[in-house]
Amino acid sequence: MEAEFIYIGLAAVFGIFMAWGIGANDVANAMATSVGSKALTIKQAIVVAAVFEFLGAVLAGGAVTSTIRKGIVDSDLLVGSPELLIYGMLASLLAAGTWLLIASRNGWPVSTTHSIVGAIVGFAAVGIGIDAVQWSQVGTIVMSWVVSPLTAGFIAYLIYRSVQKLILSQDDPLAQAKRYVPVYIFFAAFTITLVTILKGLSHVGMEISLAASYLLATGIAVLIALVGMVAIQRIQPDPKIEKKQHFYTVERVFAVLMVVTACSMAFAHGSNDVANAIGPLAAVVSVAQSGIVGAKSALPIWVLIIGGAGIVIGLSTFGVHVISTVGKKITQLTPSRGFAAELAAATTIVIASGTGMPISTTHTLVGAVLGVGLARGIDAIDLRVVGRIFVSWVVTIPAGAFLAIVFFFIFKTVLP
Amino acid sequence: MGNMLANIFGSSPVMPLEKHVGLAYKCVSELRGFFAAAVTGNWEEASKFRSRIIELEHEADDLKKKIRLRLPKSLFMPVPREDLLELLLVQDKMANRAKDVSGIVFGRKMIIPPEIADEFVDFVDRNIDAAKQARKSVRELDELFTSGFRGAEVSLVESLLEELDQIETDTDDRQAALRASLFKVEKNLDPVNVMFLYKAIELTGEIADMAERVGRRLELLLSH
Repeated sequence: MEAEFIYIGLAAVFGIFMAWGIGANDVANAMATSVGSKALTIKQAIVVAAVFEFLGAVLAGGAVTSTIRKGIVDSDLLVGSPELLIYGMLASLLAAGTWLLIASRNGWPVSTTHSIVGAIVGFAAVGIGIDAVQWSQVGTIVMSWVVSPLTAGFIAYLIYRSVQKLILSQDDPLAQAKRYVPVYIFFAAFTITLVTILKGLSHVGMEISLAASYLLATGIAVLIALVGMVAIQRIQPDPKIEKKQHFYTVERVFAVLMVVTACSMAFAHGSNDVANAIGPLAAVVSVAQSGIVGAKSALPIWVLIIGGAGIVIGLSTFGVHVISTVGKKITQLTPSRGFAAELAAATTIVIASGTGMPISTTHTLVGAVLGVGLARGIDAIDLRVVGRIFVSWVVTIPAGAFLAIVFFFIFKTVLP
Repeated sequence: MGNMLANIFGSSPVMPLEKHVGLAYKCVSELRGFFAAAVTGNWEEASKFRSRIIELEHEADDLKKKIRLRLPKSLFMPVPREDLLELLLVQDKMANRAKDVSGIVFGRKMIIPPEIADEFVDFVDRNIDAAKQARKSVRELDELFTSGFRGAEVSLVESLLEELDQIETDTDDRQAALRASLFKVEKNLDPVNVMFLYKAIELTGEIADMAERVGRRLELLLSH
């Protein structure tokens, strides 16, 4: 099969293109929260993002990748013509990447997840046939797009209310913060680690018993909390600034916590959104190499590396700019508020990743921010913009689908 | 997409409001120097203070307009937008009153009778105190927003407002006493001048009234 190399080569290029787009925009949004609250510098944010995006993709990204790869298109219909799936996945990658480029050039709020799912559904429904789409699965995915921001908002509300009750409304908020922030660090580390162990590790070929999973997650979380505790104890109040802003030192304690939630956020993002780029790539590789649809092949590690590398390149080229603009604008998100939003979003995303649901990280984060707002945590939220964001995905799906259909028919004519 | 997360945050009115009350207080506090010069009839010195008052009042006014423009109806905030706008308005009125009273005194080169001069200056000082306490209270706004208008921070602001009320009551008492003192000596003075002296006392007293209304507005925010 001579064409094999052409297919894989094209898929790799398109996959990097898509991953680059994700890194330039989505990741930047996720990391901007930490930069805006001054918990991390931009350089630190990029290092954190690079490391944890990659870890998230490798350790916990398997389920979503497999959904994108074979959960949306019904492969039974394609047994006779495997090349159609290749054309379609190539078209989807190019369509989603192109749409992201157009949208971000124009400043439109779109989601990578919505574009790629729209693109795959589009090529399958029009290029192959309505029955080629696993509609029940697509329905579940669309539901998850509604549920995920709501869930994140609800969790964020609860977390921030607990912060208000336990720390911010107390007589000595600093002492309370020093006491409770390590507990929050524990929970942040515990959730992410546990979901990774339970849902993710099997994809890289490790099997651990349930009891051992809990034990391991607890152990890791305690370790991280202890490190955090040491960092927190070293924070000394600055009476001069304190006089103007009583919560100054308290926020510095929360900044330690935010370093942990920033890692969680990058990890969560990697576990969910990297799949948008490497899912279609993996599908092409699998079909091209085996020549059959639905072959039970493991995800090649170089595919993951391409996804991770593309994201890091996108982040360090265009993402830096996005992080600094967004970071400057969201100073209202102080560490005590930002951590609540990040932890809620990261938890929701990681759970979605564990169950293989491709959701939009940015929408989830927006939901979480609104949750903090409902707990009276944000000075001012512009509801017009919120409305625009949630309407935008309705537009993104047909746009991704349309482009994918066009590219699909082009590839069908041009490629061998 | 790049800025969608950033744009959901409207511009926070908190720090601008704190800045505005600072300007309003600064404007009011210039009355101290103004009256010190006015009671001695040093109008050259008084005119310096008068122009500073006008300048600060303008600055406060400009900031007021800017804050209003940045608070569209689509903002979702922990407290009603109307209450914040009302707070801004009464803050601004403190500065307005300082301008008004200095305008009357300066424009008429008003002679403050030596019998009541000390009492008058003390009365002005107390009104400045009220404005200062209003500033101190409003400066807790960012902490109130951080703590979600709950708990210890609320009690702190409540105690500040209680103190503000006491200062305002004190200015009321002093105002009554000052009027009585003026009444005692008024028949020996030029009637038109006396009329405007009463007017100046009234306008000065309104500074503390406005400061108290700033307190009332803050209290309303606390009760949400």
